[in-house]
Amino acid sequence: MADATPATTDTAVAIAEAVRSGERSAREVLDTHLAAIDAREGEIHAFNLVLADEARAAADEIDRRVAAGEDPGPLAGVPVALKDNLCTRGVATTCSSKILEGWEPPYDATVVRRLADAGAVVVGKANLDEFAMGSSTENSAFGPTRNPRDTTKVPGGSSGGSTAAVAAGFAAVGLGSDTGGSIRQPAALCGVVGMKPTYGRVSRYGLVAFASSLDQIGPLTHTVADTARVLEVIGGHDPADTTSIPEAMPALESVLGDGVAGLRVGVVRELMGEGIAPDVAARVREAAEVLAAAGAEVGEASVPAVTYGLSAYYLIAPAEASSNLSRYDGVRYGLRVDAPTTPEMNLASRTAGFGAEVKRRIMLGTYALSAGYYDAYYGKAQKVRTLIIRDFAAAYESFDLLLAPTSPTTAFPLGAKVSDPLTMYLNDICTIPSNLAGQPAVSVPFGAGDDGLPVGVQLLAPALAEAPLLRAAAVLEEGAPS
Amino acid sequence: MPQKITRDDVAHVADLARLALSDDELEQFTGQLAAVLDHAADVEALDVADVPPTSHPVPLENVLRDDVVTPSLDRAEVLAQAPAVEDDRFRVPPSLGQEP
Repeated sequence: MADATPATTDTAVAIAEAVRSGERSAREVLDTHLAAIDAREGEIHAFNLVLADEARAAADEIDRRVAAGEDPGPLAGVPVALKDNLCTRGVATTCSSKILEGWEPPYDATVVRRLADAGAVVVGKANLDEFAMGSSTENSAFGPTRNPRDTTKVPGGSSGGSTAAVAAGFAAVGLGSDTGGSIRQPAALCGVVGMKPTYGRVSRYGLVAFASSLDQIGPLTHTVADTARVLEVIGGHDPADTTSIPEAMPALESVLGDGVAGLRVGVVRELMGEGIAPDVAARVREAAEVLAAAGAEVGEASVPAVTYGLSAYYLIAPAEASSNLSRYDGVRYGLRVDAPTTPEMNLASRTAGFGAEVKRRIMLGTYALSAGYYDAYYGKAQKVRTLIIRDFAAAYESFDLLLAPTSPTTAFPLGAKVSDPLTMYLNDICTIPSNLAGQPAVSVPFGAGDDGLPVGVQLLAPALAEAPLLRAAAVLEEGAPS
Repeated sequence: MPQKITRDDVAHVADLARLALSDDELEQFTGQLAAVLDHAADVEALDVADVPPTSHPVPLENVLRDDVVTPSLDRAEVLAQAPAVEDDRFRVPPSLGQEP
């Protein structure tokens, strides 16, 4: 199978094993991916920064270690695209915002260190919606990313650059961050695997904060096995993140073949009706049949409160963002617009540095937290969050996993939703509930829509249940329409 | 739910958030924020009086570490990223005696 596919869709597992055994050099693998970047990056714009020289040096070092008889690690020579909200020491980290243009962090994110320690090679910093606020990667100060499957369409967002990089063969692995669906939705729209782990599974140290109680880093890959391998590398406790879960990462890659016999899987009734395109819903029902044929007990689940997820999310996430983004004041890093006094300098710097969507969310969050509105908006949203968690808990008494669409539609045209924020936000209805509950979920490519573009189906699990989640994802991958 | 958000509310919030908005932006944001808040009104029908709020999905308490000295960020590297520096400190324009 691997022989028939072009080099740039080689999986991370295949690359790492070939590099470890000396069958391929990390440098040759990298050069193949850099050639793909040369050929199509002008059209796709997956990256804010391509690190060709640094990547070549890193790949040569991997090859030197292999030649010396060392094992560079489980991601030896695997080219990786990092979402440009992950801090890289001495390398520009912009969050696709003018307010951080040119900023070079004084430290690496924990995930960046762990990838390097596992032998991965960073090829570039990938485009995103500014500060990860968006569902199309059109809210970037440096211009939109296009969907490699159809360049008239958006790649989804906000991790659209990392996702497009994988889909276009620029990198074998992308790292994204998912606050309301920002890994899973672009994965669905670009036809790759995208996973949001349990909140706290992966250290957020060095992830520039958007909404701290929702943000979680995760992989974008060609295959479920690659996702399992990357998650084993980047996951696990980190003392630098106080919200990091103390429990060790379970084995994931080695259990992928265990199947779903006896697992109870519920299709989420509330996410299969209004607002979901019929072709997407049809793929989800077919995915349920694939799981049933593999021995799962498939039924219909009800999680009534998920229908309030969007409302709760678009109060909670902006509220947290308005607080987190108050740090951009022109004092310690990033853009400063000179003015006679510090308050005027703060105002001028923030006004010039933030784009429209970021301003909109800061305003929404500031309003939701402001005197007289806190109880009605933010306080109520936090209570709704509790209801969603309770309804998931009730559903997981009858089911081990849940199944739903990832995105309500396939990829939409560039520009189609930019002028109407609410319509854009509706992209996230199926993904937001997992963030509010802090639970893991994965999007797996499963056939195409009526327009021929990729459809992703989403599996959801209780906190810490990544292993059964990925076992079921592997079954869907195997049974997906070709 | 509170009353519909007004242009004056938006101007006030912009001031709180340290953002300067043009008249056009004020107009546009007022409509767009109202649309999002209208959508959020669907939670109004829910009786959540007895429901405790969730601020965080993972119940972790008292996360402590051993009180030992570990390396911190390099001061020169941090200051090199600042817009203005003087005597190893961040330099800003005057702030005392000014209205915010």
